[in-house]
Amino acid sequence: MSRLQQIRDRLEEPPPGPFRPRFWRSPLRGPWLTSFLGTLLAPGIVIMFLTGLISQWSYRPALGRNATTPVSDTIPALFHLPASWPSWDYAVTQGIHVTLGLMLIPLLLAKLWSVIPKLFQWPAVRSAAAAIERAAILLLVGSVLVEFVTGTLDVEYFYPWHFDFYTIHYYGALVFFSAFLLHLFVKLPTVRHAYRERGVLKPLLDDLEHTRPEPHEATGLAPLEPSAPTISRRGLLATVGGASLAVLAVQVGQVIGGPLRRTALLAARGRVYGTGPNDFPITTTASSARITTAETGAGWRLKLMAGDREISLTRDQLMAMPQHDATLTLTCVEGWSTTQHWRGVPLSALRDMVGASADDVVEVESVQTQGPFRHITLASDQVAASDALLALCVNGVDLSPDHGYPARVIVPGAPGVHNTKWVGTMRFSSV
Amino acid sequence: MNPIRHFRARYGASPLHLVGHLLAFGVAAFALDQIFSGGDIEQLLAWYIGFALLHDLVLIPLYTGVDRLFRGIVGRLPASGPGAIRLVNHVRVPALISGVLLLIYLPLITRVGNHTFRFYSGHNVEGYLRNWLLITAALFLGSAAVYGVRVVRPAHRHPPVKPVSGDGGG
Repeated sequence: MSRLQQIRDRLEEPPPGPFRPRFWRSPLRGPWLTSFLGTLLAPGIVIMFLTGLISQWSYRPALGRNATTPVSDTIPALFHLPASWPSWDYAVTQGIHVTLGLMLIPLLLAKLWSVIPKLFQWPAVRSAAAAIERAAILLLVGSVLVEFVTGTLDVEYFYPWHFDFYTIHYYGALVFFSAFLLHLFVKLPTVRHAYRERGVLKPLLDDLEHTRPEPHEATGLAPLEPSAPTISRRGLLATVGGASLAVLAVQVGQVIGGPLRRTALLAARGRVYGTGPNDFPITTTASSARITTAETGAGWRLKLMAGDREISLTRDQLMAMPQHDATLTLTCVEGWSTTQHWRGVPLSALRDMVGASADDVVEVESVQTQGPFRHITLASDQVAASDALLALCVNGVDLSPDHGYPARVIVPGAPGVHNTKWVGTMRFSSV
Repeated sequence: MNPIRHFRARYGASPLHLVGHLLAFGVAAFALDQIFSGGDIEQLLAWYIGFALLHDLVLIPLYTGVDRLFRGIVGRLPASGPGAIRLVNHVRVPALISGVLLLIYLPLITRVGNHTFRFYSGHNVEGYLRNWLLITAALFLGSAAVYGVRVVRPAHRHPPVKPVSGDGGG
């Protein structure tokens, strides 16, 4: 045998350890399990992508400085939550996005566990197509982990990196979703074959006695030397489902709020700090925003501008205008919400007062001197909505400084950061 | 040989396979370009690769190793056989659920984001470790209760089965 042939044979032999098929012993692994886990995960991923897009679009990124990512219309806005809809619509879509996202983590971990033998498949490269496929899988796994880790850390207020969360989460989603669609396309024949061989739900009928390993074959998922099963496939899936339900239980209270908030034992906004009218959750305290009493005291004026007209109003003047009451839900992009009773001047009244047109947008500027959302632009439909307010009071009392005293914006269907606190200026203009 | 079959023989799959992959890589390149214009590409790539490696080379060996160890211990107990399997699962299931909750909520439980949390909410990160421990205790108690019921109730006797080998799986 020639030297070259000897070297070739040596390279074909897998290195010791996980590269050898005998290393993987679990009798549950196989094409059926992976297909089924994928079938459960896929609709979840589609919902995540859609609710994520809806959230992105609700920032109205085409207007003013609203864009949170470099290219605001990478996927052009097809739809935004109308401000005339109930104010809890964003609470539902974003609540689903965050809660479902966390609930999918156990399922994702199970899926990755079921395919880990493929990471160590030997020989590493069989053909050009196989090599490219492995690169695509690296992209898929890397991007799904980026998406889930950035999302999870964001809702827990932990930012160990320097890059902008919105940018990485949005573009990561584009990468992940396209890799996911490709993966579906590539694996469809394998999934169809697995379901044809074993049935779609039939393996779920097997209790532990009847749990049999799948035959070791081309996919390389089923073990070559399975050990005896210690849990059935349905037992494994029930455990995964149990973990997802546990996440739901400790998380959903912060979306629904009210008396259920306290059940959110592990969620970032599950705690209740008091029962007073201003004791609901906040994002950014007055001191963090460096708001001084000089800026928000008796000397504060609301400046309304349109064209070359300018009107200055004191808080007392605003209080003297016809007030509108609304029970509105405020939702943060981190997936929690709070519903309170707000009272203030409708934005449309302020628009009419300064003589702006019904098609104008308004740039709202906060008194805060720093912060990415100190200027935001509201669309004309958001200004026109009957429940869109410049709120002065909440739950029957004045807003506290942490909640935006002297005045804050409340717009149904807008993400929390667009409900500007400590409003200073409102500048109406045509788009 | 027609061109498509020729292509398949050289490439290993249909032309559509290649086109689809190039599209996906194109989207990735575009996305990286957008992210790059706003941040630190080396750091991003390091995190990206880091997540994948951390999961595959640390997390998976960790929980499969612990599981193997535990099955080995239970397998050596006097009452081996179907009873042993049941006990293993009654410890495994609450342990897995508790472990997943720990993994997901680790930043809050370890309070690493306290500084940022204070900035945004005006409060400290508090009570998460306690809550997680309480939930873990409840999970194990629940599992023990179910195990107790299963052991005590008039059994559907399992037909005699060979004892479980204690060193299986991965």
